[in-house]
Amino acid sequence: MSKRLFRFNGGLKLADFKTGSTGQPIVQAPIPPQLILPLQQHIGEPAEACVKPGDTVTRGQEIARARGAISASIHASSSGVVHAIEKRQVSHPSGLLAPCVVIDTDGLDRPQQAPVIIGDAYLQQTPDAVRKLVRAGGIVGMGGAGFPTAVKLKPGPEHGVDLLVLNGAECEPYISCDDMLMRERAPAIIAGARVMMHALGARHAVIAVEDNKPQSMQIMAQAIRDSGAENIELRGIPAIYPAGGEKQLIKVLTGIEIPAQALPINAGIVCHNVATAEAVYRVIYQGEGAVSRVVTLTGNVSQELNLDVRYGTPVEFLLRTYGIDPALVAAITIGGPMMGYSLHAIDAPVSKTTNCIIVKQQGAALPFSNHGGTRPCIRCGNCADVCPVNLLPQQLYWHAQSRDFDKVQDFHLFDCIECGCCDYVCPSHLPLVQYYRFAKTEIWAQEREKEKSDLARQRHEFRQFRLEREKAERAARHKQKAAALQAPSAEEAELAKKKAAIAAALERVKARKAQADTKPRNVDNLSPQQRQLIEEVDARRKQNRQQQKPGPEQKNSDTE
Amino acid sequence: MPSLLTSSSPHIHGANSVPRLMYTVLAALLPALAAYCWFFGPGILVHLGLAYGTALACEALMLRLRGKPLGLFLSDGSCLVSASLLCFAIPSLAPWWLTVIGISFAIVVAKHLYGGLGHNPFNPAMIGYALLLISFPREMTSWLSPTAHSALNLNFSDTVSLIFGTGISAVDAVTMASPLDHMRTELGREHVLSAIVNNRELFGLLGGAGWEWINAMALLGGVFLLWRKIIHWHIPVATLVALLLIAGFFHLLDPARYSDPLLHLFSGATMLGAFFIATDPVSAATTNRGRLYYGAGIGIIIYVVRTWGGYPDGVAFAVLLMNMAAPTLDYFTQPRVFGHGKKD
Repeated sequence: MSKRLFRFNGGLKLADFKTGSTGQPIVQAPIPPQLILPLQQHIGEPAEACVKPGDTVTRGQEIARARGAISASIHASSSGVVHAIEKRQVSHPSGLLAPCVVIDTDGLDRPQQAPVIIGDAYLQQTPDAVRKLVRAGGIVGMGGAGFPTAVKLKPGPEHGVDLLVLNGAECEPYISCDDMLMRERAPAIIAGARVMMHALGARHAVIAVEDNKPQSMQIMAQAIRDSGAENIELRGIPAIYPAGGEKQLIKVLTGIEIPAQALPINAGIVCHNVATAEAVYRVIYQGEGAVSRVVTLTGNVSQELNLDVRYGTPVEFLLRTYGIDPALVAAITIGGPMMGYSLHAIDAPVSKTTNCIIVKQQGAALPFSNHGGTRPCIRCGNCADVCPVNLLPQQLYWHAQSRDFDKVQDFHLFDCIECGCCDYVCPSHLPLVQYYRFAKTEIWAQEREKEKSDLARQRHEFRQFRLEREKAERAARHKQKAAALQAPSAEEAELAKKKAAIAAALERVKARKAQADTKPRNVDNLSPQQRQLIEEVDARRKQNRQQQKPGPEQKNSDTE
Repeated sequence: MPSLLTSSSPHIHGANSVPRLMYTVLAALLPALAAYCWFFGPGILVHLGLAYGTALACEALMLRLRGKPLGLFLSDGSCLVSASLLCFAIPSLAPWWLTVIGISFAIVVAKHLYGGLGHNPFNPAMIGYALLLISFPREMTSWLSPTAHSALNLNFSDTVSLIFGTGISAVDAVTMASPLDHMRTELGREHVLSAIVNNRELFGLLGGAGWEWINAMALLGGVFLLWRKIIHWHIPVATLVALLLIAGFFHLLDPARYSDPLLHLFSGATMLGAFFIATDPVSAATTNRGRLYYGAGIGIIIYVVRTWGGYPDGVAFAVLLMNMAAPTLDYFTQPRVFGHGKKD
């Protein structure tokens, strides 16, 4: 791989506000009295609880099993007794309640009795077996999206994997958990990366770190040298937000632009977060499922910190532990200030994708700036200058505002990654990303509506068709009876007549279906000559069919 | 449980704002304004005062009629930018009502009747100028040369009384056409170019006397705007390069009839147009490629109007004509989106 780096359009240089939280080592957060573990902390199907209230659980024990292809197991993050399985506040942009396993901890933190530690023996395992271990460990992408990692460790059916990209860019302001993880657990990240490469059959790996983290880069480079891995490379990339976006990062490292509808795997590239590699390491080398992660606690706090937090720890418990009065908190953002979301309830728990908790106290100017009213768009084009996807945000805004959802798609709305760059620079302070989210959800809603009405129409049409068919069949039976009374003939002829009647009826139905306005011709009042003619034609047709394979006739009557 | 405030991402924003853009543009006009005062006296300051008052009054009235929040919109400074640009195009001793009519029309009709800030398809200042030039050609083309102006030796109160029509009308005797106007008329009389520009009262080293300095100062202000990232380089560079190339081409063909390209760059409203008028984001093209075509179109039309047209300067008409083309330019010059093929 060449040493050259590439650029994506625009982007922002943002003040990073990370020095405070990187000043001291990662701190182990205490065990809260109660753990709230949502059954869905990932993209895909929610896990299915496999414990019941009153059960005693140990740390690392699976309490909810992955269900379906895209899902992830949930593990008890400390020992205790299952209090309930009920709906609780979770950390999600919607602010809705979701089913959770609630555990009253006993403070003993008893581990599982016999953890399965694979260690370096993973090399003797098949990639499939390694993926199964990762899946059982409940590992999901820890950069924020939470896609089940085992699924992303599978090379596509046609595509081999050439390159594993480990994302240590951490381009958003305030977040420093990956930075601290790289400083303190670099060998684990490298070992995890090698497990991932084994599962993927990847030839080489690149660890990308933004060049505003010189310490991490130095430690990671040393760890790579110590590991003796020759196919893992460290690359410093310019600190331009959103360099940590998957497709942006791949472009920077390789110059390859992953096409709009495609996934990186189509180009033989797979991208994982450095923290995910460390979680994979813990599964393979320590036999420990996903029980904790590093979380940055920052903003208006007495001490900005990186904490090793057990999943399920309520945010409120963390705030109290580290000297923040929850009554004084005005707002909390989960994730970075550019793409994170507001927490609705302070008692929501830390989950697998919670990388950063930014606290804003009442009356504080930072961390979030809320500027005055919005003004009209003056078409300055600053938004287009910074768009990493090279969209025309201003045009998108214009059409989203006027609810012109066709136009907004012409301007590639669905390529927008909602990075917020346009919104950040807009001199009119327009909430641009909100407009795009609105347009996207409206379009999705319209599509669902359309699907529904399509289905309803199909059902209606089928019912009409069925009624027609029944009528035609009835008519055919009458006719048959009448014919039997008139001229009882040989079985052969009777069958031919029956077929003729049905064929005629079906023809009518077909014609009716094709052209709803025209009424089917009445077959009941045919003159004898006409009937004769039909019979002759049908006899010929039958003969022809018999000369061919016997199959099609059967098939025809089935499909009609 | 305390309830938390929620908002949609992004949760942080840059310091940029519409007022900041507008006031930076006003600041960037200061060097050109100083040069203007130096050569043509303080008349423009009187017109600026009139124009600002009229613009704010019209803006407030229209905002009120349209039911828009007054404080937020009146403070954005956009009407002051329009007013300033129009004042540069009005002769410094022109009567007061010229400015008032021009600005009122610009703000009420060209801006608010089209939907206000951000919705006007045409540059309001240029609409105001076009109206004045067509309706009051004599007043709009009665310029004093810098030498004539200093010979008059007017103090500030003389200037005010002249503008408000209470003073002596001796000025009329010494007003004359602007350099570009003069050049066009004289060329029409089959005079040779070198003889025309030898008139030291009207022509300096590069362009029109005085005007070359105003242009140079506008260029300076424009560079400041580029440096502050208030404007993009595409429109001014395309405008100036196109004007340079087309003027250079005809000058090489026949130096006696077609003037030196530098004279075009440093006369009339060229630099003001390229950096301050054509770059008005609301009415200009917004894609980078579109901006290049837009600017080049303006450069070419400026030359065509000055050389073969019936008006002394072509900046206003060039900008207005290209305003019309902006939506089409935007449509056909959309950038290639990340991850899409060239055709997409």
